[in-house]
Amino acid sequence: MNTKKLLLGDEALALGAINAGLSGVYAYPGTPSTEITEFIQENAMAKERGIHSHWSSNEKTAMEEALGMSFCGKRAMVCMKHVGMNVAADGFVNSAMTGANGGLVVVAADDPSMHSSQNEQDSRYYGQFAFIPMLEPSTQQEAYDMMSYAFRFSEEHKIPMLMRMVTRLAHSRAVVETGEAMSENELKYPSADQTRQWVLMPGNSKVRYKQLLIDWDACEKASETSPFNKYIDGADKSKGIIANGIAYNYLMECFPDGCPYPVLKISQYPLPTALIKRMADECDAIIVVEEGQPFIEERLRGMLGTPKPVLGKLTGLLPRTGELNPDCVRHAMGLPELEKKGASQVVMPRPPALCQGCGHRDVYGALNDILKEYENAKVFGDIGCYTLGWLSPFNAIDTVVDMGASISMAKGAADAGQFPSVAIIGDSTFTHSGMTPLLDAINENTNMVAIISDNLTTGMTGGQDSQGTGKLEQICIGLGADPAHVRTIDALPKTHEQMMEMFRSEIEYKGLSVIVARRECIQTARRHAAAAAKAAAAKK
Amino acid sequence: MKTDIVLAGVGGQGILSIATILGAAALKENLYIKQAEVHGMSQRGGDVQSNLRISSQPIASDLIPRGGADLVVSLEPMESLRYLEFLKPGGWIVTSTVPFVNINNYPEESVLAGELDAWPNTVAFDMDEVAKEVATVRSSNMVLLGAAAPFIEIETEKIEDGIRAVFGAKGEKIVESNIAAFRAGLAYTEKLLASRK
Repeated sequence: MNTKKLLLGDEALALGAINAGLSGVYAYPGTPSTEITEFIQENAMAKERGIHSHWSSNEKTAMEEALGMSFCGKRAMVCMKHVGMNVAADGFVNSAMTGANGGLVVVAADDPSMHSSQNEQDSRYYGQFAFIPMLEPSTQQEAYDMMSYAFRFSEEHKIPMLMRMVTRLAHSRAVVETGEAMSENELKYPSADQTRQWVLMPGNSKVRYKQLLIDWDACEKASETSPFNKYIDGADKSKGIIANGIAYNYLMECFPDGCPYPVLKISQYPLPTALIKRMADECDAIIVVEEGQPFIEERLRGMLGTPKPVLGKLTGLLPRTGELNPDCVRHAMGLPELEKKGASQVVMPRPPALCQGCGHRDVYGALNDILKEYENAKVFGDIGCYTLGWLSPFNAIDTVVDMGASISMAKGAADAGQFPSVAIIGDSTFTHSGMTPLLDAINENTNMVAIISDNLTTGMTGGQDSQGTGKLEQICIGLGADPAHVRTIDALPKTHEQMMEMFRSEIEYKGLSVIVARRECIQTARRHAAAAAKAAAAKK
Repeated sequence: MKTDIVLAGVGGQGILSIATILGAAALKENLYIKQAEVHGMSQRGGDVQSNLRISSQPIASDLIPRGGADLVVSLEPMESLRYLEFLKPGGWIVTSTVPFVNINNYPEESVLAGELDAWPNTVAFDMDEVAKEVATVRSSNMVLLGAAAPFIEIETEKIEDGIRAVFGAKGEKIVESNIAAFRAGLAYTEKLLASRK
């Protein structure tokens, strides 16, 4: 029986995957993708079926774990934010070479406008680069419906599928009609004609790559007839409009009574060349309304033999940066602005800040006080709530680049002669990508201090389990750090002096030191206290 | 019917529970809904907003166009003004006047009050105070929901059902204090509208 539910795009996708017979989701938390895995972790049927949903250490381990499940014939999904694709890229690109056995869907949630990210990279380039076909939903309903389609497609074409989400769909709710759950696959190994491609030695890969290119053509044919790519004819052929994923919604918002121009909605890739050629033949010009980087627009210019004008982000008709919205699409369609008042001039920006009662505050407070004693201290930051330490009042860090880069950059800086060279990294980011650069620093006994600001959780994304909780010191010592210089302290206002003293002595030590400054995240601490109080009340 | 609402506040204030309640009520009425939220970094004390669109017809965009909103509903006066250009002429601002000051350059309250007065259709009052009178200060978001209810084309009983559905798990006492806060907000706006006639 079909039921109607009000779901986030992420939740609709997650439920679609469960109902498509998913056996495991593998993920590292990252906005705007986190809610997919969280939904599966909380879902009753997923629990009953024992669907794997434990967090992975990073996107690469997640990708490869899912590939292992696919090898065994079961349906697996990997979820990450767009920059997670960079971490998963080795496994992702090579999963096109191995192909999929059980259905394998990789979800990349892009963040145009960088609401919670360091760049606007568009995951469709990864799909194209790897020869992995892609889906891109316009609505929450499509996010649900596409999952069973994606797993089926993956199994029929023996290739992983990339599902591209964007923030505005991931974090927007709508009513979704959901159906019955299919059963999971049984264990089933790759067929005899496929076993070689799972061993990517050059001899096998050379054979497989030729086949992959042939298969890519078949994927393009599938895009031409995809239920998610729609050609909607219009009477006015002065222009034709191509819109992808959520951009299609903004276009339709401009034309409540229907668009007068032909529209090609793109939600499956590789691009359907025949449909695009039809538009180029029939229309005087093509406008590309595209959420993300100008992926379609660039390809169009190479694809079309006829010299028809192609307008979009590359010609300045639409903004080159930031997400689309109904206003800029209206403008691109040549429609007048809606009547409105100008923005208020008295409103001030209100940037986010570290919570009151957050241990990162105490770490930065002590660190700043001690580094005043040095002329040219440099602090290499990382990705997490503590990135906010760059802002006033702390202004405590000099760089933030990617997951784990604090330790590796502090090492490179120390190699260049920088002193003091300090890295600050969160516990979850440390186990994601900080352990391998720490090993480099340990092996050379680099003169630097790595501070692990341990709040016992993955804080920025809302408090998910952190994979190193309870064993950070053991990990560092296990990697070979000198136990005398792996030190632990509680990060509290009252330990300010002690923290300063510890920072000073480890900065002065001529070699590698690790300081674990620990205090539970105030957000998760409150949740744990409330849960404990509730449990105590239930006992009475 | 079609109501486009910009919900505004500061991360952690609880605007999303207003969206959840209206969403539950609209779902029960078989209406179309789109509600874009903000998750992630800005939830840490930054400005947050949610675009809530409810309609008897299918809704295309998850975002409300500038000049398209019927209502700005805010728990904080400066945050209500942040979305002025989203309001359509004749649209309403419903906001609490209690400032949330966590920045150094927060404007003078009189400046904010002047800006709010300049907009022709405004419901602005100290919602913490009203919440304290009938329930606790934590229910001020339900005072806000009540104050906005006359501008939303969903029957107030259905919104109250939504409150019951959302808070039901927390016990009858919590439900009743939230309903009381909702009704106090509703009464404030109804009185104001009657006086304007």
